[in-house]
Amino acid sequence: MPQYSQFQPKPYRPRMSAFWYFDRWPFLLFVLRELSSFFVAYFAVLILVQIYALSAGPTAYAGFQACLRNPLMIILNAVTLLFVLLHAVTWFNLVPRVMVREVTGRQLSDFLVASPNYFVFIGASAIVALFILRIL
Amino acid sequence: MADTIILEVARFLPERDTEPTYQSFEVPLRGDWMVLDALTYIKDQLDGTLGFRWSCRMGICGSCGMMVNGVPKLTCETLLSNFAPGPVRIGPLDHFPVIKDLVIEMEGFLGNLQKVRPWIVRKDDFKPQREFLQTPAQLEGFKQYTLCINCMLCYAACPVYGLDPEFTGPAAIALAERYNLDSRDQGAEERTDVLSQHDGIWDCTVIGECSRACPKHVDPSLAIQQYKLTATKEWFKSWLLPWGNK
Repeated sequence: MPQYSQFQPKPYRPRMSAFWYFDRWPFLLFVLRELSSFFVAYFAVLILVQIYALSAGPTAYAGFQACLRNPLMIILNAVTLLFVLLHAVTWFNLVPRVMVREVTGRQLSDFLVASPNYFVFIGASAIVALFILRIL
Repeated sequence: MADTIILEVARFLPERDTEPTYQSFEVPLRGDWMVLDALTYIKDQLDGTLGFRWSCRMGICGSCGMMVNGVPKLTCETLLSNFAPGPVRIGPLDHFPVIKDLVIEMEGFLGNLQKVRPWIVRKDDFKPQREFLQTPAQLEGFKQYTLCINCMLCYAACPVYGLDPEFTGPAAIALAERYNLDSRDQGAEERTDVLSQHDGIWDCTVIGECSRACPKHVDPSLAIQQYKLTATKEWFKSWLLPWGNK
C-alpha cells in the first residue's frame, strides 16, 4: 500500500463466499475432482478388505460378498465408481500440464500426451473385464 | 434484435457505501459495440460519475478488465451483442479491493510482480557489444509468456488468489518463468527463493481457470505446473547431491 492511501477512503474488500465453488461450473468440477480422492482411498481400502477376506477362507469371503450385496453398499460403490472415473479422466487430462512435451525438438499436442493414459486404462479395464466374464 | 439492452453496473462510492450495489442502465444495442463502448456511452450520456479504467480499446493495454456476467473479460474485446437480450452484469475484477465503481486497487498484484524480478537478471557485468544471439528454439521456449499484458484477468479467475491474497498468482509466476527460460537471464536461483515458497507455486491447485481467462492465450497454469516439476527436480538434486552446485 502506498503511503498516501492513509488519507484516502477505505476501499471495499470483497470476501469470498464459503460456497464459492457453486459460482461457476469449472470451480465445482475442481472441487469434485479433489473430493474424488476420498472415494479412491475408499476403493483402495475396500480392495484390501477383499484380499483380507479372501485370505481368511471361503466363509469370510462369502460374508464379504453378502455385505457387498446390501443395497446401500451397491449405491455407495456405484457413486464411488463415478468419482473414480472422474478422478481418472480429470487427472489424465492434466498430464500434458506437467509432462515435458518435447520429442526430438517438436512440441506434442495435449491430446497426444494425454492419450497413452487412456489406452493403458482401457486396455487394463478390458483385461479385468475378460477375467470377470470368465473369457480368459 | 432489440434496440436496447440493460446493463447492471456495480457502483461503489467509498465515502458513502459499505459495499457495492448494482445500478441498471438502458443502452443502445449496436452490433459493433463492445461492452466498453456501452460503459463509455453511460459515462458520456447517462451518468458522468461512473468510474472505470480503459486506455487502448484494442486489447493490448490490459486496463479494462472487468467481470462480465461473472466471467473476467477485457471489455474492449467483448461484444455487447453476445449478451442480448440481456441484462448484462458488469462488476469490478473479482478478488481485488475496489476503490470506486469498477476501479480496483492493484498494489497487491504489482507487489507480487516485483517480488519475482521479471526482468533480465545477470550475475556478471553484462555489457554486450552486439546483439545477444538466440536460436528460434530458445525463443520459442518462452515466447508465449512474453505476451502477458498484466490485465489481471487470471487473478480474477483464480479462486486460490481470492482465498489467499498472499499467493504470488498466475501472471507473476508465468512472467518469472518467461525470464527463467530466457537464455540471457541468470536469475532463476533468486526467483526460486520466492517461487518455491508455499505462497508461490505450491498454493496453486491446478484449477486451470487462469489459462482459460487469458485474453492473450498465455498459459500461466502450464508455467506453474512446469515450475513445480523444476522445483521438485532441484530439491531432489540438492538432497541426493548436496555437494553439487553449491
